[in-house]
Amino acid sequence: MLKVQQITGGYAGAPVVKNISFEVEKGELFGILGPNGSGKTTILKMLSGILPHTSGDIVIKGKNLSEYTPKELAKIMAVLPQHSSQAFAYTVKETVSLGRYAHQKGWFQSWSGKDEEAVNRVMEQTGISRFQDADIQQLSGGERQRVFLAQALAQEPEILLLDEPTNHLDLSYQKELLDLLSVWSKDCGLTVISIFHDLNLAGLYCDRLLLLENGEVNINHVPNEVLKEGRIREVYRTKIEKLPHPRVAAPQMVLVPERSQAESLLEKRIDPASMEVKEDLLVLRSPLPLKTMSSGVTGSGTGWNRIFLNRHVSKNYDCSDHRSEMAEFVREIGFEPGETVGMMTAVYIEDYSSRLYEEDTFSVYVVVTAGVGNAVDASKSDEHSYHLTPGTINTWIFVNGYLTEAAFIQSIMTATEAKTRALFDQNVNDAVTGTIATGTSTDSILIAATQQGESLEYAGTITPLGKVIGKGVYECTVEAIKKSQSRIKG
Amino acid sequence: MQKQYIRTYLNNKLLAYVTVAAFLLCAMLMGISIGTVSIHPTTIIRVIGAEIFPFVSFDNTDSMHANIIMNIRLPRVLLAGLVGASLAIAGAAFQGLLRNPLADPYTIGVSSGASLGAVLTLFFGLSIPFAGMFTLPLFSILFALLTIFAVLLFARNIERSMKVETIILTGIIFSSFLGALISLMIALTGEELRQIIGWLLGSVSMRGWAYINIILPFFVIGAVLLLVNSKELNAMSFGEDKARHIGVDVQKRKMMVLIAGSILTGAAVAVSGTVGFVGLVIPHLTRMLWGTDHRHLLPLSIMVGAGFLIIADLVSRTIIAPAELPIGVITALIGAPVFGVILMKRRNKL
Repeated sequence: MLKVQQITGGYAGAPVVKNISFEVEKGELFGILGPNGSGKTTILKMLSGILPHTSGDIVIKGKNLSEYTPKELAKIMAVLPQHSSQAFAYTVKETVSLGRYAHQKGWFQSWSGKDEEAVNRVMEQTGISRFQDADIQQLSGGERQRVFLAQALAQEPEILLLDEPTNHLDLSYQKELLDLLSVWSKDCGLTVISIFHDLNLAGLYCDRLLLLENGEVNINHVPNEVLKEGRIREVYRTKIEKLPHPRVAAPQMVLVPERSQAESLLEKRIDPASMEVKEDLLVLRSPLPLKTMSSGVTGSGTGWNRIFLNRHVSKNYDCSDHRSEMAEFVREIGFEPGETVGMMTAVYIEDYSSRLYEEDTFSVYVVVTAGVGNAVDASKSDEHSYHLTPGTINTWIFVNGYLTEAAFIQSIMTATEAKTRALFDQNVNDAVTGTIATGTSTDSILIAATQQGESLEYAGTITPLGKVIGKGVYECTVEAIKKSQSRIKG
Repeated sequence: MQKQYIRTYLNNKLLAYVTVAAFLLCAMLMGISIGTVSIHPTTIIRVIGAEIFPFVSFDNTDSMHANIIMNIRLPRVLLAGLVGASLAIAGAAFQGLLRNPLADPYTIGVSSGASLGAVLTLFFGLSIPFAGMFTLPLFSILFALLTIFAVLLFARNIERSMKVETIILTGIIFSSFLGALISLMIALTGEELRQIIGWLLGSVSMRGWAYINIILPFFVIGAVLLLVNSKELNAMSFGEDKARHIGVDVQKRKMMVLIAGSILTGAAVAVSGTVGFVGLVIPHLTRMLWGTDHRHLLPLSIMVGAGFLIIADLVSRTIIAPAELPIGVITALIGAPVFGVILMKRRNKL
């Protein structure tokens, strides 16, 4: 459809774009990325014939760009620039109708039924029909952008060039516009070439991305290959991290702000002083938000939290709607459920066990409450019937250090193995199967890290972090089981 | 709601043309009828009818009235109309092309360029072989064209995006400079060219049919050139890049519009001197009433401009009768405040 062969050029003086080649297929949604001044807009201007290139070729549908007359080109290619100026009051329909210019023939260039039909159709598609008689100067930025999109579409182009089309649009219009473009490219074979500022949007919608750096091609590939942390960091010269999109197989990049008070934050850490033991509630207030991975009732999954609750509830607690009941409880005692990890236990809170383990470069604080009333042997758990009861071994692990995602997951593994060993050593039996239990039916775990200081890449059992977690969870679990069992016996 | 209604009402283009044509006709009748000797409109119709259809007999055509109409008032009204029409359509086109509601032949300095051309022709007694009486307008047009290119080049060098104000400021610089050159030449010649001063302020008095013959061909060429480019003007009023994307051959069309605008301005200046602000006020008013679409804006501006200048001329010769004011004084008295208002409205919008 469109072939760019080693083009070089730009404004007077030094070339902005150097020796760039790429090809775009029919029906592709092709994104152009790059930091400011990398030549994105320059390339787009060259493609649309506004800016001449000093060397190389641009071939559109097998014909060199320079061989097209403006009218011929306008029938194949439409452009939606970043800003469209409007010095005078035109109505929306007059503005859109201008898009038919290239299709009108003859000296008088009369308006045909086909023109009228095309204009009405694109106004319908872009949702602007209802204000077709309004003055474009009175429209909002988003509405105006849609009017100019309609104007471009009225050209009935095969190729659509866009320069940061989502700029100045609010979220819902950004999505709407890109959804439309995506549909048109897939269903109608429209070839879309668009500059993107937003890497995440580009990653979500584009089939292929061209990443520019200083006027040269850094890479031209599928989004997953282009949007790599290291590459983006290098090209954009900024701290950035990559996350998976929760619903779509597309990479998402997030900025990492520089912390100005990094040093004062470094002094903040989690230790026993952060903990408060109430009658039926264990509260840990963190001086800073912690990155957490947990299976709590509130704040479960991954997130950032600063309040950690372990709440005693009676054995007869109605578990049917425990999440909203727990959220209500959190609010009642003056915390925000949005920054709180909350767990429940039937165990008495004063039987908790906690220990701080100091290492050279990091420290780990472990807190466990353990009741083994409904202990289960996980290998034989199919013999159990399913019913929810409040968790009985709740394990909290606070790490003053930086954990990778892998370290978070391995921390959970290590902690579980240590817990199982503790149950084994305490001879806790599964009442149903009669074998030694590996846990209870509703155990919960929390790994929370300050994400500052020493970077801890792994937490397997023989890594420095794993060793501490294994030892800590084992010791605390044993102590907590002993405490609660002695209460039962006593 | 009310506004919407008024707008749709006015959007009825047929009505627009009828209104404007009626206005022009009234202006012409008034222009011919009012004066030291007042002439009844029916007499005017009879006299002109007799001239156009010599074989149909109209009774009661008084020869004195016929003389006043055919030799004094009608040519004067027609000349005022042609000058007004030329300046108005040129202004509308310049505004669309430059995306600048403040542009008109006067404010961007083109009129001054044309004046300099005319004065130079008189000063050096230039004459183009075989051009005869067209020497003066041809030089005016040439200088108008040179001036507009110089102004645009200068403005582009100041600032690539050529903001509205930049072009106007450049126009003022050129106007002042060219005006100074004209004054210098007048000072050098002594008495003979003193009459030029009156002419420079703009006047359509005592010109006769010869002047109509001078301006008419240029008016027709310029107006047709602009009218066939009205759709391109629509596109270019959204910016040259946009016009190019839509499929307009911008370089060619821009040149056509600039040349046509210069022809119209040059010819108007050659016959009537500098009449300012017509090209600013008329398109602005027309746009406000009937929208920007140049396919209608240009023809409507022609008629409104013609009618307006006929009335301005009428006022200029009657208000302090028996003395006459230069017509440029009247247009400036109306035009300068309008210019100010447009400028202020723009500022508020930004």
